[in-house]
Amino acid sequence: MKYVLLFCGTKDSQREWEAMPEDVRKQAYGRVERWFQENGSVFRGGHELQGPDTATTVKRNGSGEPLVTDGPFIEGNEVIGGYAEVEVTDLDEAIRLAKTWPGGPVEIRPVVPH
Amino acid sequence: MVVLPDARDTLAAVVREEGSRLTALLVRVVGDFATAEDIVQDAVVVALERWPREGIPREPGAWLLTVARRRAIDRLRRDARYREKLTLLREPERDSVDDRLQLIFTCCHPSLSRDTQIALTLRTICGLNTAEIAAAFLTSETTVAQRLVRARRKIAQAGIPYRVPPAEELNDRLTEVLAVLYLMFNEGYLTSAGESAERRDLTDEAEWLAGLLSRLMPTEPEVLGLLALIQLHRARAEARFDPQGRLVLLRDQDRSRWDRAAIKSAADLVLLASQVVRPGPYQIQAAIVACHAEAPSWGETDWLQILLLYNALLRFGPSPVARLNRAVAVYHVSGPAAALAEIESLDAALNTYHLYHATRAEFLRALDRTVEARLADTTALALTANPAERALLEQRLI
Repeated sequence: MKYVLLFCGTKDSQREWEAMPEDVRKQAYGRVERWFQENGSVFRGGHELQGPDTATTVKRNGSGEPLVTDGPFIEGNEVIGGYAEVEVTDLDEAIRLAKTWPGGPVEIRPVVPH
Repeated sequence: MVVLPDARDTLAAVVREEGSRLTALLVRVVGDFATAEDIVQDAVVVALERWPREGIPREPGAWLLTVARRRAIDRLRRDARYREKLTLLREPERDSVDDRLQLIFTCCHPSLSRDTQIALTLRTICGLNTAEIAAAFLTSETTVAQRLVRARRKIAQAGIPYRVPPAEELNDRLTEVLAVLYLMFNEGYLTSAGESAERRDLTDEAEWLAGLLSRLMPTEPEVLGLLALIQLHRARAEARFDPQGRLVLLRDQDRSRWDRAAIKSAADLVLLASQVVRPGPYQIQAAIVACHAEAPSWGETDWLQILLLYNALLRFGPSPVARLNRAVAVYHVSGPAAALAEIESLDAALNTYHLYHATRAEFLRALDRTVEARLADTTALALTANPAERALLEQRLI
C-alpha cells in the first residue's frame, strides 16, 4: 500500500531549528539523511518544503472567484515541513517507519489508489 | 416451547463462543468485516430459532459453519475469487492459531479511537448488535452504526493489518487491548445501578473477552491479572447495592454476600500470574483487590500489604487517582494527618474528581475539622451525576 508521510512540526519547533548552532543543525540533518538512506527501498518520492512564510494559498471567495492569499492554508501553530511517499505492506509497517523518524510528529495518510 | 433460563444461558454462551470463532474465520476468508458479521448474524438467528426446539447440536461450531457457508455462497457469488474463498471456509485445524486473536488486535488497533475500538470489539468479537451496543453506552443506534461503518472503512482504506503483531510490538499492542477491555468493564461496572433487564451486561462481555484472551495468550501475566481483577470485582458486585439500589461502601458491605469461591479462584489466578515474574499494573491492582476481598472483615484488612502494593503500582505510572487510593491505605497505616498531607499536592490534578473531595472529607472528619469536611463533601456532591453516589454523599451531609 502507498502512504504519504507528512513530517509535521510547530512554528516554535521551526524557530528552535533556525536558532540552532550550525554544527548541531548539521548533526540533525545527518540523522535525517541516514534515515532516508536506511529506508531507501520504500520511498517513492518526497521533499522537504520551504517554510510556511513562503506559502501562498489560492481559495475561492463567496462568488466562486479564485482568491490569492498570503500564508499557508493550515491555520494556527502547526506546520508541515515536508513529505515522503512510501510503499509498504500495511499501516503497521508505515507506523514502524514513522516511529524511527528522527524529527517531530509524522502524520500517515493512505493514498487513494487510482 | 419455553426455554428454561439455564438452557438460555448455555445457548447464549455457545452462540457467543462459536459465533466469535466463525466471525474471525470469515473475516480472514472474506476480508471484510461487515460481510462476515452479517453472515454470522444470519446464522446465529437460525440457530436461536432452531436450537431451543431441537437442542444444541453436538458440534455447534460445525453446525453454524454449515449454515454460514450457505449464506456465504449467496453473498460471495459476485466475487471473482468466489470458489477459492469458499474452499477456505472449512473448520480450522484444531491446533492452528485462533483467528480471534488476530481479530482482537485489529479491533483494538491504536489508529482507531478508544470508543471505536470498544464498539468494534463488542460488535465483532462478542457479537452484540448495534442496538445492544447503543443501549450499553446510552447512545443512539445511529451513532453506533456510523461509528462502525467509519471504523470498517478505516481498516480497509488505511491498511490496518489483520494479524497478531510481532514480538517486538506485542507489549505495546497488548497494553492497548487490555485498556479496551478494562474500560469496557468499568463502563459496565459504573453504570450497573438501575440496569434494565434487556441491557446486555458489559462487565459480562469484558470478563468473557479477558477469559478468551487468557486462553489465547496463556503466558501473558497481565492478561491473567486483568481477568482476575474483573472476576474479583464481579464476585462482590451483589453486595455493592442495598435492596433500594443505593451504593454500599466497601466498609459497610455484607461480606457473606460475596462469592467466596470466585474470589478464591481469582486470587489463585493472581498467584499464577506472579510466577511468570513480570509484574504489571493489572496484576498489582488485582492483588490489591484480592487483599480486600480476602479480608474476613473491614477491621481485619491488611492495610500495610495494600500500601506496599500501591507503592509498587505507582512505579508503573504515577497516576493521581492511584495516589489518592494509596492515601486511603496511608490513613489506615499512619493516621489521618499523614493521609491528608499525602493528598494536598493532588488538588490541582484531581480538583474536578468527586472522589478526591469525598476522600478528603473523610480525612478531615477524622481530624475533627468538620466545617472543612462538610465543604469538601458539598464539592464532591456537585461533581457527580451518578445517582447512587449522590445518594451516599447526601446522606453524609444530613
